[in-house]
Amino acid sequence: MTTRAAPQAQPPGLTLALAGNPNSGKTTVFNYYTGARQHVANYPGITVERKEGRLDFEGRRLRLLDLPGTYSLTAYSQDELVARRGLIEDKPDCVLDIINASSLERNLYLAVQMLEMGLPLALVLNMHDEAEKQGLRIDAKRLSALLKTPVTPTVARQGKGLHEALRAAVRKAEECREQKPEPLLISYGPDLDPVIEDMTRLLEQEENMPPNLGPARWAAVKYLENDAELRAGIRAVSPALAALLDEKTKAATAHLRQTLNSYPEALIADYRYGFIHALLRRGVLLRAPTPESRLLFSDQMDRLLTHRLLGPLLMVGIIYLMYKVTFTLGAIPLDMLEELFSGLGAAVSGLMPDGILKSLLVSGLIDGVGAVLGFVPLILLMFLQISILEDSGYMARVAYMMDRAFRSFGLHGYSVMPFIIAGGIAGGCGVPGVLATRTLRSPRERLATLLTVPMMTCGAKLPVFMLLASAFFPGDETMVMMLIWLFAWVSALGSAKFLRSTVLKGASTPFVMELPPYRPPTLFGVLIHTWERVWEYIKRAGTIIVAVSILIWLGMSFPALPEDLEAAYAGREAGLEQALAQAGEEEKEDLRAALGEARAAHGAAALEHSLAGQAGRALEGISSLAGFDWRANIALVGGIGAKEVIVSTLGTAYSLGEVDPDASSTLQARIAADPRWNKANAAALMVFVLLYFPCFVTVTVIKQEAGSWKWALAGALFNTAYAFAAAILTYRAGLALL
Amino acid sequence: MAERISLRRLPQGRKAVIAAVLAEGELGRRIRDMGLMPGTEVEVVGRAPMKDPVALRLNGFTLSLRNSEADFIAVDLAEDGEGPSMN
Repeated sequence: MTTRAAPQAQPPGLTLALAGNPNSGKTTVFNYYTGARQHVANYPGITVERKEGRLDFEGRRLRLLDLPGTYSLTAYSQDELVARRGLIEDKPDCVLDIINASSLERNLYLAVQMLEMGLPLALVLNMHDEAEKQGLRIDAKRLSALLKTPVTPTVARQGKGLHEALRAAVRKAEECREQKPEPLLISYGPDLDPVIEDMTRLLEQEENMPPNLGPARWAAVKYLENDAELRAGIRAVSPALAALLDEKTKAATAHLRQTLNSYPEALIADYRYGFIHALLRRGVLLRAPTPESRLLFSDQMDRLLTHRLLGPLLMVGIIYLMYKVTFTLGAIPLDMLEELFSGLGAAVSGLMPDGILKSLLVSGLIDGVGAVLGFVPLILLMFLQISILEDSGYMARVAYMMDRAFRSFGLHGYSVMPFIIAGGIAGGCGVPGVLATRTLRSPRERLATLLTVPMMTCGAKLPVFMLLASAFFPGDETMVMMLIWLFAWVSALGSAKFLRSTVLKGASTPFVMELPPYRPPTLFGVLIHTWERVWEYIKRAGTIIVAVSILIWLGMSFPALPEDLEAAYAGREAGLEQALAQAGEEEKEDLRAALGEARAAHGAAALEHSLAGQAGRALEGISSLAGFDWRANIALVGGIGAKEVIVSTLGTAYSLGEVDPDASSTLQARIAADPRWNKANAAALMVFVLLYFPCFVTVTVIKQEAGSWKWALAGALFNTAYAFAAAILTYRAGLALL
Repeated sequence: MAERISLRRLPQGRKAVIAAVLAEGELGRRIRDMGLMPGTEVEVVGRAPMKDPVALRLNGFTLSLRNSEADFIAVDLAEDGEGPSMN
C-alpha cells in the first residue's frame, strides 16, 4: 500500500548547498546528512564532480548540493567556477558554509564573499574541539550577531552539533524566503569605494543584466578584481557597458599604481581581510592559539614522513605494502570468483546442445563477465587503501615531496594525484585519473598530465600482468609488478618531459597548497569513497566491456568455416568419437588424445578463418617484431575497446582454439603450456599493454577534458608508437638473454 | 628595527611577519586566497626532500609553497624571544 502525503500538509522542500574550504570537513558533513542517498550530478559540459543528496529533516524534504571545496570565489579554476555556478544558478535556499574553526580567518574569506553576494548563509564552525585544544576561544554568538548569520559549533566526525546546524540553516532559509537578505557591504577604502559606487550605478541601469551575475555591487567588485567569466558575461549583453566599466577599471588601476603601488585585486583582498580582522577583534576571537598544540602531532609526523631521506623511502614502502595487501588478500576472493565462473561455464556447457548460442553464452558472455568481476576484489582493496591515504592527509604530502621532481618533467605537484589515481599506485583507473587533472590550472601542465596518465598501471591492465607474471615468472610476481610499476612512471614522466619541451612548451604554474593536519580517516567516509570508485568500475564493466566482449566473440566466430571444411573436421571428430566408444581400455588413451587434437585443430582453423583471425594474421607481419602472434593481436585490438577485454579475449581465443569442456585448466596454465609463448614475448606483451592505445572510455574522457579529438587521438597514437618501440626492444633483449 | 628579507631566505624555525606580497596575476590571487597577507606571522616548518617546496605555518594551518614563489614575498624577521602575537 502506498500513501501519498497531502501537499498542503507538508512544508515546501528546500535546496541547501554545502560550501567551504578544502579540508574543512565538508565531505564528512555531507556524508553524515545524506548517508548513502547521494549521487554525482554534473553540469552538462563541465565535469567537476558535484554531488547531490536528499534527506527528510523534521518533516521537510531537503535537497543537498555538495559544492567543490574552494578558498575563494574568484572563478579561475574549474572548481571555483562550478562552486559559483552552484551558488548562483541552483539558487539554494540557504548555503551551509563549513568553516574550519582552527583557521577561522582564512575560512571567513570565503564566507564574507558569499555574504557580499547576498546569499542566505549559515556558518558551521567545524572541528570546534580541535580549535579549543589549540587554545582558541571563539565566541560563536558574537560572530553570529556581527554577521547577522547563524553560527553553529560542530564536530562533524562525531556528528556533534550537525542536527542543530541543519536546523539553523532551515530556519535561515525560511526567513530568507520571506525577506531576501541584504548583501554585506564592505568598504574598500577611499580609493576604490567611489569607483565601485559608480560602477554599481552603471550596472543597475543596464536593463538586460544577466541574472547570474549576482547583486550589482558584487558584480562591480568582481569586475575590478579582473574576473574573466563575469567580464565576458557583461560584454556579451552590452559591449557599451563593458567598455565603460573597462575604462573605469583602467583609471582606478592607474591611480592605485601611482599612489599606493598596488592594484585593485590586491587592495580589495587587503580590505576584505581587514574587515575579517576587525570582526575577529570585536570579541569573536577571545584567545590566540598557543602554537605548541594540535599541530604539534602533525609536525612530528611530518618530521618523519617528509624527512629528506626517510620520507621518500617510507613512501616507496607504503606503496609496496599496498601491493602486498592487495595481492595477498585479493587472491582469496579472486580464486573463488574464478572457480565460480569456470563452474558456471562448465554447467551451462553441459546443459546446452553444441551450437552458436552455447558458444555465445560460454565463450562470449560468461567468460567476459567473469574476467571483469574477477578483479572487483582487487580494485576494492586498492581503492580502500587509496581512500585511507587521501583522507588521512598523506596524499598531500606525496604531492609536496614529489613537486620538485615533477616540476623537472614539466609537470606539477598536483600531477601526482592524477598519476596515482590512474595507477601510479597500481590498480587505479585512467578515467578518474584523467578527471582528477582538473585541479591543475595551467593548460599546458594539465594537457601533458592528461596525455601521459593512461600509461600508468591501471586496474584493467593488472589482470594481464598478473596472468603473464604468474605464468612465466612464477614466484617473482611481486618483483615483476614492481618493475612494471617503475617502468610506467619512467615512461609517463619521460613522455611528459618530451611533450613539455616540444608541443607544450611554457612556464610552470604556482604550487600554493594546503597541507592538512594528519587525521584518522572515518570509516564511513572511506567506505563511501571506495564504493563510488568500485561502482564506477562495475558500471563500466557491465556496459562497455561486456558489449565489447560480445562484439569480439562475433568477430571471432564469423565468418564460419566453408561448409566442406567444416564437414571434414566434424566427420573426423565423429569418427574418432565412435572409435572411442567402441575401443578397449588400452586404446582409449590414444584415441582421447587424438580427439582432443582434432578438436583443437578444428577450433584453431575456425578462429583463423574468422574476421578477428584475419585481422590478427594481417597484423602478424609487423607484430612478430615484438613476438606477438595473431591471437595476441586479436586480444590487443580488443583492448582498445577496454583493457579488461584482453584477458577475456585471450581466454576466449584459447577456449575456442582448444575446446575441451571437461578440463577446467585455467587460462594461465594453457598459456604457460603453449610453446609459442616464452619469457621474452610475455615481457614484451606486458610492456606493450602497459603503454599502448588507452581504452576507449579514457580516450573519450581525454577528448572531453582536452577539448578536442585532435589531442586525444594524437596522444593515443603517440602512446602506441612508443609502446611498440619499447615492446620490440624488450623482446629482442629478452631473446638475447634467454 | 626588524630585518627585511625574502621569504626564501627565512631559516627554518624562525618566525617572521609578511611585509609585502609582490606577486601579481594568478600567483598573487592564489597567495591572497590562502591568507598570505601583509601583517601575517609565518614560520618555515619544513622543507621537502629536495629542499623545495617549503612548508609554511600561518594562522593555524600549514601551507606549501615553491622557493620560486617565496621569492615574491618579503618578510620582516621577528626579534628573537618574542612571543606569538595576535594577527
